[in-house]
Amino acid sequence: MKNITYTELEGNGTTFYAMALGLIGVMLAGLGSAFYMEHHGHVVTGMTNQVVWGMPHVFAIFLIVAASGALNVASIGTVFSKPVYKPLGRLSGLLAIALLVGGLVVLVLDLGRPDRLIVAMTRYNFKSIFAWNIFLYVGFLLVVATYLWLQMERRMNRFAKTAGLAAFAWRLVLTTGTGCIFGFLVAREAYDSAIMAPLFIAMSFSYGLAVYLLVLLIACKGSGRELGGVVIRKLGRLLGVFVIAVLYFTALQHLTSLYAAEHAGIERFILLDGGIYTALFWLGQVFLGGLLPLLLVYRTSPSDTQKYRRSVSLASVLVIIGGFAQLYVIVIGGQAYPLDLFPGMEVSSSFHDGAVAAYAPSLPEFVLGLGGVALAGFIVMLGLRVLRFLPASLASADIDPHHKATAELS
Amino acid sequence: MKENNKKPVREESCNTSRRSFLGSLATAAGISLAPGVMLYGIGKPSSAAAATDGASSSVRWGMLIDLSQCDNGCDDCVTACATENGLRGFGRPETDPQWIRKVEMTNPETGHSKSLPVMCQHCEDPPCVDVCPTGASFKRADGIVLVDKHSCIGCRYCMMACPYKARSFVHEALEDQKTHAPRGKGTVESCTLCVHRIDENRQPACVEACSDTGGGAMLFGDLNDPDSEISRRVATYASQQIRADLGLNPGIRYRNL
Repeated sequence: MKNITYTELEGNGTTFYAMALGLIGVMLAGLGSAFYMEHHGHVVTGMTNQVVWGMPHVFAIFLIVAASGALNVASIGTVFSKPVYKPLGRLSGLLAIALLVGGLVVLVLDLGRPDRLIVAMTRYNFKSIFAWNIFLYVGFLLVVATYLWLQMERRMNRFAKTAGLAAFAWRLVLTTGTGCIFGFLVAREAYDSAIMAPLFIAMSFSYGLAVYLLVLLIACKGSGRELGGVVIRKLGRLLGVFVIAVLYFTALQHLTSLYAAEHAGIERFILLDGGIYTALFWLGQVFLGGLLPLLLVYRTSPSDTQKYRRSVSLASVLVIIGGFAQLYVIVIGGQAYPLDLFPGMEVSSSFHDGAVAAYAPSLPEFVLGLGGVALAGFIVMLGLRVLRFLPASLASADIDPHHKATAELS
Repeated sequence: MKENNKKPVREESCNTSRRSFLGSLATAAGISLAPGVMLYGIGKPSSAAAATDGASSSVRWGMLIDLSQCDNGCDDCVTACATENGLRGFGRPETDPQWIRKVEMTNPETGHSKSLPVMCQHCEDPPCVDVCPTGASFKRADGIVLVDKHSCIGCRYCMMACPYKARSFVHEALEDQKTHAPRGKGTVESCTLCVHRIDENRQPACVEACSDTGGGAMLFGDLNDPDSEISRRVATYASQQIRADLGLNPGIRYRNL
């Protein structure tokens, strides 16, 4: 194995600037949407007093959950001492920060009073998992930034493992916190379960790695850097393991709920007759985001590097689509199903008690969410352009100590 | 794995300007944010206790609603609440606020049907207060659960947590508000138990209306005072709480539920 050289992206080509301008355009559109929503109030969104968290939350939670998962690649390199993953660690940290910032911006801009962010930063109710999450998010940014610095400053490399361990522990707590936002909602049948925490951790592993893979593939292709079959094969197989973990916890979540007769209603709604939510669950989350990626990463022969690369790319895109479907089912589906004020009774009211809530995301909500994605993308582009996050080559011979040149074509 | 000891040339050439740029950015951010933080620090109430000054923990305000006296077709309590607190709909039932509503409840086994008023249940252990990140959702010493409109950031987590669907989010700009019931676009609100009236030793508007023109089903009083009418009634007759299984001990009790 050779020494790894990290370099900035050249970033002088028209493609680079076109991408950057495109992302800035989407960010501005997202900002415009936020202003529009704040000016008119949330009445211009699809959100109601029944479905109080809408599309922006789906985007924000996806980005936040993926952020902690994106850090896994770095953790595997430093904490679990896998040398092949080490050159991938810096991008992993950068992506984690970018995704979290993107998600938090969407979350903040969707507040009823985003101008009061300073209140959220200065007044805390420590019994609230939301308040805890504010510390977890800010702390994550600091811990990962420190971790990145220790990785990148050669004189400080010896502390990188300790920082990596701290960052790994922090990310587990952070995703636990995000899952508990739902897990602690005792009155909502769709949530109210400790399984939300491990489920969200599994989701973060899967979504984060899928996003990481796509960013890595695009960055290497865009900058003409070699990306060997070893990296793709290892990350592709790992993605498969994470997808299985998500399916496992999802199955456990619903089986546990199905076992309790009182939850039969919500389970029937999500799994059988919930319309869009049922379709998104089975087609989006389970088939597109679960089974199909598994087929792609495990049934494609890794010896054909180009074909395997295409399969892993497609699997990553599918995992992301499935992830959005899953979060839509959890966030929106869980709210659309009515609260059970009087168990065993049929209820109705002018406030839509007992009725399944209708929700259709409005364009501004969607654009705000996309703005957060664009912001994350822009931070990654800017980071790669100005600092040395990406190795000059990720060719198998350069990064794998056990690689035999004859074993692989690329 | 060791890294290459050679520094790329580009790194050297832009190092200084980048560092100075990042330094300036950090300074600018500090200068922009610091005064705001200071002002908020000075301006905010000294503690959550300030909001509960005047209310006594020896009192627990509550309500007993006798459904045998509550007419299915009557919504005088709802109308009175809207008038008292300046709640006006925009003809958009999905987003218009409702602090109190009549819920029609039917037993699918027997077909028996009944309607009852449901509002904030003023829980002893309110989930909305637990989950609120800023402490804007709070419970007064006398048991009334309120929202501090100045520190609500509009995250709607309390609406996710409330088992009674008692809270509304103000989805659009409001006009002609009542001075005793301040409200604001982008914040969450719910029944205040007419706290402004209680502080003037008056009854909540819904209770008054129910007594004047309705069936006289609503009884308001101090659950902590063993001599109060409400305490005597809950001691004499069976009463129920909605979702008592959650163990929140709501201050709103029902008879003949």
